[in-house]
Amino acid sequence: MRAQPAAAEPAVPGRVVLNDSDIHRALTRISHEILERNKGASDLVLLGIPRRGVPLAHRIGERIEGVEGHPVPVGALDITMYRDDLRLKPARTLMHTDIPADGVDDKVVVLVDDVLFSGRTIRAALDALNDVGRPRAVQLAVLVDRGHRELPIRADFVGKNLPTSLVERVSVRLEETDEVDAVSIDGTPEGGDR
Amino acid sequence: MKRHLLSAADLSRDDAEQVLVTAEELRSLADRPIKKLPALRGRTVVNLFFEDSTRTRISFEAAAKRLSADVINFAAKGSSLSKGESLKDTALTLEAMGADAVVIRHGASGAPHRLAHSGWVRSSVVNAGDGTHEHPTQALLDAFTMWRHLGESRPNGLESRRVAIVGDVLHSRVARSNALLLRTLGAEVTLVAPPTLLPVGVETWGVETSYDLDAVLPKADAVMMLRVQRERMNGGFFPTAREYSRRYGLDARRMGTLQDHTIVMHPGPMVRGMEITADVADSDRSVIVEQVTNGVAVRMAVLYLLLSGSESTLTEEDPE
Repeated sequence: MRAQPAAAEPAVPGRVVLNDSDIHRALTRISHEILERNKGASDLVLLGIPRRGVPLAHRIGERIEGVEGHPVPVGALDITMYRDDLRLKPARTLMHTDIPADGVDDKVVVLVDDVLFSGRTIRAALDALNDVGRPRAVQLAVLVDRGHRELPIRADFVGKNLPTSLVERVSVRLEETDEVDAVSIDGTPEGGDR
Repeated sequence: MKRHLLSAADLSRDDAEQVLVTAEELRSLADRPIKKLPALRGRTVVNLFFEDSTRTRISFEAAAKRLSADVINFAAKGSSLSKGESLKDTALTLEAMGADAVVIRHGASGAPHRLAHSGWVRSSVVNAGDGTHEHPTQALLDAFTMWRHLGESRPNGLESRRVAIVGDVLHSRVARSNALLLRTLGAEVTLVAPPTLLPVGVETWGVETSYDLDAVLPKADAVMMLRVQRERMNGGFFPTAREYSRRYGLDARRMGTLQDHTIVMHPGPMVRGMEITADVADSDRSVIVEQVTNGVAVRMAVLYLLLSGSESTLTEEDPE
């Protein structure tokens, strides 16, 4: 994934709290925790929440395949239509939903997202998942848990717990979407990350 | 997007491409076990049809229901419209019922515009066909169908693709909306019709015209056949149906002159044997059935983009 050496890495604003090797290690640990908790990768389905949950889900999928020797289905679950603030904001562009061919019925679905914040995205994801099928269990893996939950939701697998204040803004950048792997905090008052 | 969709000319290229991309995502819904999304829960969509239409009304109804909106169908027959109620009084009734969107089809060109801009209703107005003027959602679904076959894999979409629109352009709101929208998307449109069936002022549409179908077909990437609207004709526009069909109908021989990738379209309802022969309509090139499927996805996209959110503007980068 991190094939080319950093020749001209784009500048990351704010204070970097996880660099590329930190992210690499966190995802490796999460992958092993998922395998440990589920006693292997049978019946596992990884669903990333766009935008940045999707590349994370693929990275975890590759690591699990590296350990188990067989691929796990990886997909994407767009939650735009299920958001609780649809009426309050201008129409949002839909992201791509891609459910693996075998579906999610009776599978263990691991939702993957970059930042866990209020929990509202995950609530929407659970609703969206409900319309796709009936998994045997749903688990949640996030790269960063920044706290400030507004709903009774918690993550099963966390890359890093990051205590933040509400005015801070946590930005996750990934090579696949932003050309660089980094998690940073900057203190602009317009926090809007979920 | 603007608050109303009255004309295909209301759409900028970004708007139109956003509808296409949104429709592509919504199309996959048809493969899901639960074909419903909660986006318009609690919203009311009124189908206000002053003119008979089956496929457009059903398509809008399915689209609104799949987005969880409540749908009220209001057909001219059997309502107070047949008792002489004016458009204004009907509109005030709808307003009192709290409609969020009004989908209107009317025999008079400009009726949707009147409804949208007279201050009678606060809802979004979607033109589902007005007289011989416009039918923007049909143009969007046609463009979507072309885009899926001819543009999706290219960086510029439908840019410089050649589209031939053949037949009764004079009476066709579909032709006008298509010409406007396809031009916005960068395609090159050629209208092919006998001189009597081309409208006055067609030279201002920014499209080519031709009287010779055989010369246009080999260059086209998509061929759209239009129905001859006998019900709107009260004069001699062409000598006989047989002669029309020989000069402007698409038959197997003409289909043989098309490029391999060229698709054949028809907005429906078709008159087999008149503008298109049965073997062409049922051939592999024909995407006529797909157009109907795409209609629901495109209308879902339009309703979603018009209705969700307080201000209907193009979204900025998602702060996810």
